[in-house]
Amino acid sequence: MPSDPLVARHVLEFPGGYTRTTGPVIGRFLTELRARRLVGVRTAEGRVLVPPLEYDPATGDPVTGEYVEVGPAGTVTASAWVREPRAAHPLDRPFAWALIRLDGADTALVHAVDAGDPRAVPPGTRVWPVWKDAPTGQITDIAYFAPEVTKIVSPVRAEYRLRAGGALRVFLEGVARGVFLGGRCARCDQVYVPYRTSCPECGGRIGEPVELPGTGVITTFAINNLPDPRAPEVPFVSAYVLLDGADIPMIALIGDVPAHEVRQGMRVRAVWVPEEERTPSMANVRWFAPTGEPDMELS
Amino acid sequence: MRDVAVVAFAQTRHTREDAGLSETELILPVIDEVKERTGLTRFGFTCSGSCDYLAGAPFSFVSALDAIGAWPPISESHVEMDAAWALYEAWVRLQHGDVDTALVYGFGKSSLGDLREIMTLQLDPYYLAPLGLDQVSYAALQAAAVDADRELLDGIVRRSRADGRANPYAPDLPEPDVADGPVAPLRAADLPPITDGAAAVVLAAGDAARELCERPAYVRGIAHRVEPHYLGMRDLGRSVSAADAARAAGVGKGPVEVAELHAQFPHEEVVLREALGLGGDTVVNPSGGPLAANPVMATGLIRVGEAARRVLDGSARRAVAHAANGPCLQHNLVTVLEA
Repeated sequence: MPSDPLVARHVLEFPGGYTRTTGPVIGRFLTELRARRLVGVRTAEGRVLVPPLEYDPATGDPVTGEYVEVGPAGTVTASAWVREPRAAHPLDRPFAWALIRLDGADTALVHAVDAGDPRAVPPGTRVWPVWKDAPTGQITDIAYFAPEVTKIVSPVRAEYRLRAGGALRVFLEGVARGVFLGGRCARCDQVYVPYRTSCPECGGRIGEPVELPGTGVITTFAINNLPDPRAPEVPFVSAYVLLDGADIPMIALIGDVPAHEVRQGMRVRAVWVPEEERTPSMANVRWFAPTGEPDMELS
Repeated sequence: MRDVAVVAFAQTRHTREDAGLSETELILPVIDEVKERTGLTRFGFTCSGSCDYLAGAPFSFVSALDAIGAWPPISESHVEMDAAWALYEAWVRLQHGDVDTALVYGFGKSSLGDLREIMTLQLDPYYLAPLGLDQVSYAALQAAAVDADRELLDGIVRRSRADGRANPYAPDLPEPDVADGPVAPLRAADLPPITDGAAAVVLAAGDAARELCERPAYVRGIAHRVEPHYLGMRDLGRSVSAADAARAAGVGKGPVEVAELHAQFPHEEVVLREALGLGGDTVVNPSGGPLAANPVMATGLIRVGEAARRVLDGSARRAVAHAANGPCLQHNLVTVLEA
């Protein structure tokens, strides 16, 4: 025996396909399909066969010449879920094969159902055909069936123009210089950042802004698994950062560290964009990154 | 009716991969084996079952005749079906009374192509084949319609694989696991193994049966029935045609000690047990059945051979063999064999 196998590729193919005549019964069904209509044929006993056959399988008698419009909707009687679609299948994503009893038919049609989820096609599910753009008279003129419409997606989008006037403008001008500006309440002595003009706790006035360092500590955080255009990657961490010298934390992204290593008490420092890219916007702060200092005890 | 009996049976040690043998080379050992066992070198009639699409070669059964020695010309026929139907044709031929022996063989190498899609080629070309409905997909549709208890199905797969490991002709398959199959509700372990193999049976009528064999396995009933091809025209949860064939073959006229069923998926065994009216006393597929070795086109004939073997070796007095053809048990052949 030779050690390496002698193997050749062999293809059986009828180039251009095999031409088949349809006969009058199947031809009628396919012609109606091309016109996006579904028809069955009535048997001598009065049953409606869909798809139509030339002879009644129950009796062997020729069917009558009476064609009956059925569907377009139908009811699933059994289904199987294709986890791994193949090239020859009607859909390139997981789908169900189903036996579908079209309204008005006494037999079931075999076709694909695009249901998204294997649990979405139990027996009794109502399905409707979704047609190909240009029907040609083939069973695949029905691209697939789909469950009834039970929900829609409503897009919402509105645009606004926001102007930073008072305290926010003061704060953002600080950010443009690479500095966080806070303010101290004249009455209760608490330091707030971002800068504001009154104390939300005691109502006292806040005077001139004070500069705060770009360092602080994480007081709490959340790991986010949905993408966000501002975040470096998924999952990402958003945290409350208590800047040194402030009494109220600020919400910020945490970066330069794997999400699972972030912890309460971790020391962080703001990572600013390069000076020439800075604008009066929070986009100046890329995120906060660990400083490497020992963790802080949180009160 | 003439008494016709199975007097010899042989099968290959089936492989899960292409061993590189031509079909002639695959068949030759089993033909030699039944010739040796019966002492016959010529037969009154020869009939085979195979499918050209398995090898992708037209008239592959003609070149397979090289294994038989067909000169001077022999009386020969072929069915493009499982070879169990070749056995049926041979049984009918022996009823004519002018010949007394028949050689029946079947073979298939399903490892060469993609069996799931090759089986699509047997489907009606107008309504089913254009959908790309493959063998595992339509079997899964039937499994959903049968909706059998999962534990029952698991038990069938476990038993079939264990029996297959004890069968020297079947490849060894591991204990089944719960891995998902490509099409739910079927699990991966519910699928029969891709198998290459062949089998041969010798039938003999009248006195010839007793002369060729100590304990012939007499065909006391044989019948086949077919249902509509289109899956939506029948109740896939049961098999009316298998029940009709069993009734016509007289399965219920006596106790069935052993039944070899052509059930390629565990839910098919559930359907067939009910259709054939088999009770708990019947040992089903002691060979492991098609879930242990499935040399397509020989699998059904092997059911007849395995059932007959139990009668030939004296371990059973009455056995039943079932063979299927077409999608979702469309066409069923039932044979009753008795000592």
